[in-house]
Amino acid sequence: MAEIRIENVRKEFGKVVAVKDVSLVIPDREFIVLLGPSGCGKTTLLRCIAGLEQVDGGRVYFGDRDVTDLPVRQRRISMVFQSYAVFPHMTVFENIAFGLRMQHKPDVEVKRRVQAAAELLHIEELLARYPAQLSGGQRQRVAVARAIAYDADVLLMDEPLSNLDALLRLEMRAELKRLIEELQTTVVYVTHDQVEALSLGDRIAVMKQGEILQVDSPLTVYDRPAAHFVGSFIGNPPMNFLPARVIDGGAGLTVGEARLMLVGEMADAARRVGSQEVWLGIRAENIEPLTGPGPTTLPGRILVVEPLGSHTLLTVRTAEAMIKVNARADAPFRADQPVWLKLSADKVRLLDKTTGRAL
Amino acid sequence: MTARPAPPLSRRLSRVLVYLAAILVALYILAPIYLIAVMAFSPRAVVYGYPKPLLPTQISLETISFFINSYGILDSVKNSVLVAVFTLVISLAIGAPAGYALARYIFPGGDIYRILILSTRAFPVVILSIPLITTYISWGLDDSALGVALLHTAMALPTTILVTSSIFVGVSKDLEEAAMTMGCTRAGAFRRVALPLALPGLAASAIFTFMLSWNEVFAAAILTLQNQTLPARLIVQLNQSPIPFRFAGGFFILVPAIVFMLFARRYLFSLWGVKLR
Amino acid sequence: MKPRRRANLEPYLLLLPSLAYLAVFFAWPMVQAFGLAFRADDGRWTAEFFQRMIGDAAFWPALRTTLILVVTIIPLQFILALIMALLATAGLRGAGALIYFYALPIAVSDLAAGIVWFSIFTERGYLNTILQGLGLLERPFIFLQYGATWSLIAVILAEVWRATSIVFVILVAGLQGIPKEYHEAAEVFGAGWFARLRRITLPLLRPSIQVALILRTILAFQVFAVVVALTGDGVKVLASEAYQWYSQWRNLNVAAAYAALILAISLLSTVIYLRALRTRTEALTV
Ligand SMILES: Nc1ncnc2c1ncn2[C@@H]1O[C@H](COP(=O)(O)OP(=O)(O)O)[C@@H](O)[C@H]1O
Ligand SMILES: [Mg+2]
Repeated sequence: MAEIRIENVRKEFGKVVAVKDVSLVIPDREFIVLLGPSGCGKTTLLRCIAGLEQVDGGRVYFGDRDVTDLPVRQRRISMVFQSYAVFPHMTVFENIAFGLRMQHKPDVEVKRRVQAAAELLHIEELLARYPAQLSGGQRQRVAVARAIAYDADVLLMDEPLSNLDALLRLEMRAELKRLIEELQTTVVYVTHDQVEALSLGDRIAVMKQGEILQVDSPLTVYDRPAAHFVGSFIGNPPMNFLPARVIDGGAGLTVGEARLMLVGEMADAARRVGSQEVWLGIRAENIEPLTGPGPTTLPGRILVVEPLGSHTLLTVRTAEAMIKVNARADAPFRADQPVWLKLSADKVRLLDKTTGRAL
Repeated sequence: MTARPAPPLSRRLSRVLVYLAAILVALYILAPIYLIAVMAFSPRAVVYGYPKPLLPTQISLETISFFINSYGILDSVKNSVLVAVFTLVISLAIGAPAGYALARYIFPGGDIYRILILSTRAFPVVILSIPLITTYISWGLDDSALGVALLHTAMALPTTILVTSSIFVGVSKDLEEAAMTMGCTRAGAFRRVALPLALPGLAASAIFTFMLSWNEVFAAAILTLQNQTLPARLIVQLNQSPIPFRFAGGFFILVPAIVFMLFARRYLFSLWGVKLR
Repeated sequence: MKPRRRANLEPYLLLLPSLAYLAVFFAWPMVQAFGLAFRADDGRWTAEFFQRMIGDAAFWPALRTTLILVVTIIPLQFILALIMALLATAGLRGAGALIYFYALPIAVSDLAAGIVWFSIFTERGYLNTILQGLGLLERPFIFLQYGATWSLIAVILAEVWRATSIVFVILVAGLQGIPKEYHEAAEVFGAGWFARLRRITLPLLRPSIQVALILRTILAFQVFAVVVALTGDGVKVLASEAYQWYSQWRNLNVAAAYAALILAISLLSTVIYLRALRTRTEALTV
């Protein structure tokens, strides 16, 4: 158990800067998720924490231990690999026992702890088998059991669910969450799947091209993205972004012909920047589709109607942009029909037009 | 850009030791080749002399031309090339179809065939030249280049089959099928699509077969009397030959092999990494 | 349905030539080797040729030397090849050149290897030149004396030099087939370099080691040209005796008896290896 402190960590592969001077503090016992599209440097950052890559700059601390120059096996980490890396020539038992054997633990203890880990993951009956005789899901459980049987301050996981089929993934996700709540250890979890990140993490660090754009609780990241990229990467459908203009020194906002009064935090932000062009970000569920014009509505035309069961997803073309809108499942919308969109002023995000950062 | 922090001393030190070891082993392998080359390019007086020079002080073609002009050497070189070419052609002609079949079809008996081919590697094929003598005499193949090549083919064939099979496995079947949907016949698809893609690998396999044959001594010496290959001729004469003849001869067999390796090195691992499963 | 039946025959037609070829040039000569070794000219079964082989003064020394060469050369080669393979895959700068150099002797014939090392070990050769130059010897030492231990050592060095490459290449191919995650996982769970080698690398390399062992042992039992080129007839081995009996004494039957013996020993060693290194099939297929 330990706090992880990453200071200005940098990792380059030739010309590619995989991790760009990243700083991050992960408090003890936090479950943090590194989220970002493929190739953004999540794995590399994780491997820098593990010590599997040597950093090109910056430092890594576990608690007050500076582990930057320590070899992997002295860092007291344990890890679940994306490919599981379950040793094919050892039984499940020996796989789980591997780390304990390396620490020369007495046989009785090894047995006890392997048993305990196996029980946690419901694989007691598989202990005598070889990995080749296991399904992908079972191998994944072995990899997790191996990681938790080992004494470590920090548990690292690199897309542990990405090689499972959809149903199994859902099941394992819930199980992992329960398991890790019990474990009370610091966890760094890498994924490119935003749903996984939202459902698992205490906090989510969203990465793009080697940089962390935002570190916040799942709900904050979802509702109040710190950057254009975060909003468009998280959520299904992604956040809508419309060109807008702050007017009256921050009191209001125009989107095309529609006028919006700003409230709360966004109003303060708008007042700070004064009149200028901005991005307005709003999620599909915060837009209400109406069949007739109102005082603050945005006119458009429905392009696509996709019934999704719990609700219906509309794709609407307005003069400004394509907008995804959630309608009630029983709403009588048809394609090619005019529609008026009412944006919830309290759910609006304003972002800088050039940097994409939230105001 | 921040400078990469210097790794700890112990790690740097072990790195140096690893490089040192790597270089030492490389020297063990390269030094003898270098030394025989020095001998081959020294004049005969130096070759006879003692102590031997470690550096080529007087470069001369005297020793090599003495060797090449010795009686029967050029004929035996010609025989060697002939045998190697026969071997290469026969083993590809017979082995490649079999390798293709293993790669492309799933059929009853396929696994048994594969095991059969693998298990031939557990036999000292060269030794079979002795019983073959009587067969060759009755077929009129004794003391002929073709006879030697036929045995060399028996040595090379299992490897050729397994290697060509892995080469064709590497050429996706989809490509051939795509060609067939666009009007190629089965054979046409093979010729226009699979073969060109497999060609570099096949060429590498052929090079190794050539080398195997070019280098083989025992069977060639047993199966020939007059029409000897170069190694056969050398081994028969070796102990009665002057030193310069031996050294130049050794160098002469060595050179083509090393040049071939240069061409085939990319395929080294795919050729020899074939596992026995 | 006609085309489908033709398609089913295709693979067999493609395999047929190779099967026929191996029957004629591999299986049949093998049967014949035993026939020549155990049947007299009139067709009776006889142990006469075998007894003549065993009774020959050179037989036991040749058998002994061959076995000594096998049990010394093969372990040495494996240790060296493993070191070379680990060096070549250690991520050194210039690893490409290193692999080429290390693999180079694959292309070198045993005869050339014998001659190359003859230039080193002969009385007026490089080894004496160097040792004397360093002041370690007063006058040239005769390493390749008839029947001397040094001749055997020279043969061992030359064979190790020549034939380690093939083991090296097989091991490197095997190493490259081991995903690096296995090493990383072992490292994460506390295994040091040596523990990784012993518990991960070597077990996963077992199939490659098995192939290389069998291949090399079979070849070592036929060792011939290196010995002849280095020592003349100063060192006798099974293959050189077989050669002598045919080329010198024109006795095909005794030569065939030697061939049969080499075949039998080779097969025996393969069987032993396969049993000793039996890999649990279920542990292999990942
Ligand atoms: N070993 C490596 N050698 C060269 N480039 C690498 C290596 N590992 C990662 N990269 C590059 O670094 C970037 C980040 O990769 P990675 O951390 O694997 O991304 P992610 O896990 O987020 O998909 C990518 O551009 C990738 O191509
Ligand atoms: Mg990744």
